[in-house]
Amino acid sequence: MRKLRLSFLLYVLAGAVAQGFAVPPIVHATPEELLITHNSVGRHGGRLVVSQHAEAKTLNPVLAVDRPSREVLGVLNADLIHINRLTHQTESALAKSWKVSRDGKQYTLQLRRGIRFSDGEPFDSQDVTFSFQVYLDERSNSSQRDLLMIAGKPIAVAALGPYAVRVTLPQPYAAGDRLFDGIAMLPRHLLEQGYREGKLGQAWPLTVTPAQIAGLGPFRVKKYTPGQQIALERNPHYWKADSKGNRLPYLDELVFLVLANEDAEAPRFEAGDTDILSPVGAKLFEVLGKDASQGSRLQDAGPGLEYNFLLFNMNDDVAGRLPEIARAQKWFKDLAFREAVSQATNREDVVRLVYLARGTALASHVTPGNRAWMDSRLQPRPASTEHARKVLASAGYGWNSEGLLHDPAGQMVEFSILVSSSNQQRTHMANLIQEDLKKLGMQVSVVPLEFRSFVQRVMQTHNYEIAVMGFASGDTDPNGEMNFWLSSGSSHLWNLGQKKPATNWEAEIDVLMQKQLTARDPKARKKLYDRVQQIVAEQLPIVVIASPHILVGSKLKLKNFEPAILAPYALHNVEELFW
Amino acid sequence: MRHKKTIRWLVGFLLLLHLAALLAGFLAPYSPTTQEREFPYAAPTRIHFVDGSGHFHLRPFVYGVEPSSSDSQISADQLANVHSLRFMVPGERYPVAGWWKSNLHLFGVDAPGKLFLLGTDGYGRDQFSRLWFGSQISLVTPLVATVISLGMGVTLGAMAGFWGGWVDELIMRIAELFVAIPWLYLLFAVRAALPLSISPVGAFLLLVTVIGTVGWARPARLIRSVVLTTRQQDFVLAARAAGATSGSILWQHILPQTWGVVVTQAAILIPQYLLAEVTLSFLGIGVPEPTPSWGNMAGSVQQYSILTSYWWMLIPVIVIIPVMYVYDRLAAALHEPVKSSA
Repeated sequence: MRKLRLSFLLYVLAGAVAQGFAVPPIVHATPEELLITHNSVGRHGGRLVVSQHAEAKTLNPVLAVDRPSREVLGVLNADLIHINRLTHQTESALAKSWKVSRDGKQYTLQLRRGIRFSDGEPFDSQDVTFSFQVYLDERSNSSQRDLLMIAGKPIAVAALGPYAVRVTLPQPYAAGDRLFDGIAMLPRHLLEQGYREGKLGQAWPLTVTPAQIAGLGPFRVKKYTPGQQIALERNPHYWKADSKGNRLPYLDELVFLVLANEDAEAPRFEAGDTDILSPVGAKLFEVLGKDASQGSRLQDAGPGLEYNFLLFNMNDDVAGRLPEIARAQKWFKDLAFREAVSQATNREDVVRLVYLARGTALASHVTPGNRAWMDSRLQPRPASTEHARKVLASAGYGWNSEGLLHDPAGQMVEFSILVSSSNQQRTHMANLIQEDLKKLGMQVSVVPLEFRSFVQRVMQTHNYEIAVMGFASGDTDPNGEMNFWLSSGSSHLWNLGQKKPATNWEAEIDVLMQKQLTARDPKARKKLYDRVQQIVAEQLPIVVIASPHILVGSKLKLKNFEPAILAPYALHNVEELFW
Repeated sequence: MRHKKTIRWLVGFLLLLHLAALLAGFLAPYSPTTQEREFPYAAPTRIHFVDGSGHFHLRPFVYGVEPSSSDSQISADQLANVHSLRFMVPGERYPVAGWWKSNLHLFGVDAPGKLFLLGTDGYGRDQFSRLWFGSQISLVTPLVATVISLGMGVTLGAMAGFWGGWVDELIMRIAELFVAIPWLYLLFAVRAALPLSISPVGAFLLLVTVIGTVGWARPARLIRSVVLTTRQQDFVLAARAAGATSGSILWQHILPQTWGVVVTQAAILIPQYLLAEVTLSFLGIGVPEPTPSWGNMAGSVQQYSILTSYWWMLIPVIVIIPVMYVYDRLAAALHEPVKSSA
């Protein structure tokens, strides 16, 4: 049973924590169980401006799927159990403690008493059961529903009193406490009526008036300026306080400013219009880093969780439908071909030229940033064109008089690498790999495609040959990637829609992933997942290339700023930031 | 008289430029696609005559480039590393005008020295070499597209003006349709309908065809008006009275009158199309990497970090300016007699 850090909890009357408050204390009938943080004690006041590449689409946590919306919602809402972005461990949030039953299927959560939504209404177990009811309701179309379904069955949530809930899982689930991270608790008093009337989808657009929206996050909505910014103000009822009893957050205002891309963000950051740049590309990091006189700092938080890879299209549904792709699949389904591509790909050059050495060459899809789960026995091999040619030759491939590669049937090896044109780093990577593979005699073209068309081809039409992609899980735990590794998973990209595993090694991965899902012993889970990593490294359904470091920029005067390698990299402790 | 001299100078400059583009492989010391990965964003190499100890060298030389150096400062290690510049040196093989292959380059430096006259890009590719090879696409695309535009424009404009009636109506209405087409979106649509991966030659032909085809309407209108005026003139009426066929009247008497318009239009269209190619490649729907064109080379300065750090990446943008200026002056000079006669 997890030992909770109950030292964080402090039972205080609202009046007792009034000292140092900028906001007048509210006298509650129930004592507030505030969470006490242990970072440097700051002072209230000031405004923080952060930029976003696109405008948030909604303020409704049930509907939000885009990154900008989620970034804003992350500071407007709170979850029951939270993953600490620095330690990667779960910690109490709205639930002050929890217990797991012996069979691992039941979680009993004790909620903080006396805490309130940003509109001053109290929060209790009814809000929790309502929130899960909404997320699990198919009619809500919430993306959270998938996370809350285990083995195809929904979790069950029941109130055990005003401040206790029981969550029952359909089967034992390793690291079940991590399920609660990021699941925003909704105010029943504001949303229930709309939900009953089937109008939840219309609730909380960006134009919502501040009085109609409330959350449990450190900030609440102040003003929305279409196409420009969303301004948030301090939530006076927030449930965290510093070690001196000052209620958090310190900042008076948080502004999300819309700036189209990194190239638009950089001059605004340099001019002092924005206070945080997160994340920053390696090139910009280097450029901004040279200019230390601007009162800003650039920080390298180290290897992140993002892994970039070459994806071979081995989807079975292209046969007969897309003959050109089916022709290329003969090579992609040949392990020797994949092995040769992997051998020829110069990962070190990618790290040096694309990430300017602020990245890591990968041997496995688990990056060095994920220390707990990486199988350190797997090490990236240096690129070797010579070895790759030997592998191809032994598999019956040959070269014509011009040095161009042909397959055992005499067909010239010619294919394209698809890449999202909006991602400059991956386009750069694809052009380097094109040159690496040219040394093997492969005729490769790089096709940059607009992001939506790219996704459509990879996920739906399967009309591509090889794609350069990147994945960054929101959590270090392998359960977050079940859909990618299970042969029946909705993100099993190299061969989607399998009714039964297409290969023996995919069947083995299925078994291993299912076992680790239910295993209670962390060591046993690690062993099972190590084996998955080994299979992926041997069978190469994806050729992992490199992982970038998480790079962020911020104003020097901003205190308590500790970038994390888990998203949100810069704002995970926004309530503790101060000037 | 004076403007004829100007025209001669301008045409001479353009002929030289196009000849140089044809000989890109000879002028360029390296292949445009060779990645010198040890030297990303290397600053332009300086050519020296006087070494660190003050000795004058009759043969120019360069110092060794340090890996990943984006600085023009020369370190002590490099000072000891001198590589002579040589002319007519063997190097990488390149095709000349598409069929003949050679490995002779105008200049180069002794190995292992590197000569990056205009620096390198993020892949360590020589910008100077890429600029010359890129000129083949960027200068030839507007020429071919202009030939297509004017070929169609003259044919259809002459037909409309000469025969009039429903032929004129039909052609002019179609011309209006073409003027209204947003060619950028048309190119997007055509590109989307084509296979995912097309060769550089395929991309070049696509560019040329779309740019050229869409642009016929404006010259056609001008040619039509010239033909309309000319066909009423006495010498045409005399030829008709003498029993000349429509074809011979059009070919021998009317079309020669359009020559001035055609040449002026060419001088206007070529720079327009040059800019169109640059724009499309800049946006990533022109010639694909790694084949260079001035447009896709200029594309990299869209990134703030590159724009502010590596000035030599702006050179492809800078070279477009004089070429555009010369075409603009040429169009003005060609138009001068028309203006003065009016």
